Amino acid sequence: MVEAEVWELLEEIPDPEIPVISLVDLGVIRSVDVQDGHVRIEFTPTFLGCPALEYMKRAIEEKVPGAHVDVIQDDSWSTDKITAAGREKLREAGFAPPAPRLIQLQSQVHKCPYCGSTETKLENIFGPTPCRSLRYCDNCRQPFEQFKTI
Amino acid sequence: MTGVGSTEPEKSELPASPAGRSANKAQEQQLLAIADDELFLGWRESEWTGIAPMLEEDVAFSSIAQNEIGHARAIYQLIVGEDGDADALAFDRPLDEYRCAPFVELHLLDWAHTIARRWLYETADQIRLAALKDDSDPAVAGLAAKIDREEMYHRMHAEMWHDRLKDEPRFTAAVEELWPYALGVLPPKLRGELVQRVGLAEAEAVERGAHTDDLAPMWEEMTEVRRSAPAGTQW
Repeated sequence: MVEAEVWELLEEIPDPEIPVISLVDLGVIRSVDVQDGHVRIEFTPTFLGCPALEYMKRAIEEKVPGAHVDVIQDDSWSTDKITAAGREKLREAGFAPPAPRLIQLQSQVHKCPYCGSTETKLENIFGPTPCRSLRYCDNCRQPFEQFKTI
Repeated sequence: MTGVGSTEPEKSELPASPAGRSANKAQEQQLLAIADDELFLGWRESEWTGIAPMLEEDVAFSSIAQNEIGHARAIYQLIVGEDGDADALAFDRPLDEYRCAPFVELHLLDWAHTIARRWLYETADQIRLAALKDDSDPAVAGLAAKIDREEMYHRMHAEMWHDRLKDEPRFTAAVEELWPYALGVLPPKLRGELVQRVGLAEAEAVERGAHTDDLAPMWEEMTEVRRSAPAGTQW
């Protein structure tokens, strides 16, 4: 198996909580290393309290038989690691994707994923999972989930 | 109850693997203190799930609890090493080996006190994480930075409530009552900054080392299922 094949397999694993995007889209696969037929995959959790952590690790091990999965607990993941394709898939599914970190933390502008309006307000910093907030669009009167920028 | 401070290490048999950070006892005790704080405070915050004054706070406190317990898990894992048993470290110690501050043990059933603790704790935690982010061990510094990213949202929540309640006498009384406990979360050298941020006069801290009577019932509830099953049970 070569590296590209491993990445292809990983692209088929959906995020267990937001299945419209894959683990690769989510940016949690930090590296893939193939040497002498041994596959090593470095994987970073999004939020440390994510209950799907073990599930995702097992899903990778099942998808790529024989792979060794290292869970990396450093600061290498942020929402900036979500791919452009991943952001678009989130938006299509009604989740406002996280804006780039530097912009979001300064601008505080949040766009509605349905109508594109910036006339939205925060309903709750916390939502159904640690990575999401709840907002409401004053323009199209649609509540929506905002992927937190971290 | 015996102290768990500096006299502790020789009798403490922590299940740290050789891959863990047992080489540096002082740092291990410091990390353990933070992990224990996050575990027990996380449990306390989860007690509001279903009974908070409004639905938004049910959700907020549940999420905050989940995050804090996640931080505890990550720190325990760092201490025991990749293949070590973080659950054993979290749940299987005798009570006097837990390093949590009395502040996180308090069973607070009043909203003013609960929000006062949230705000004081997050303020203290930010100071301690900032120091840890500069740690010479990249694994410690990296994990502290990751935790701090998530804590940003806890701080936003705590500040929002602080702004809302800061002129309410019940809230200010609760902050003053809990203030000596909040000081005890930080090592003495970091307390000056907390004094500055909170704006209260220095007071005698309720130090880490002894436990309140609230810890034992919480620990018993937290570990009840684990203790009822034979060791090694897979869930």
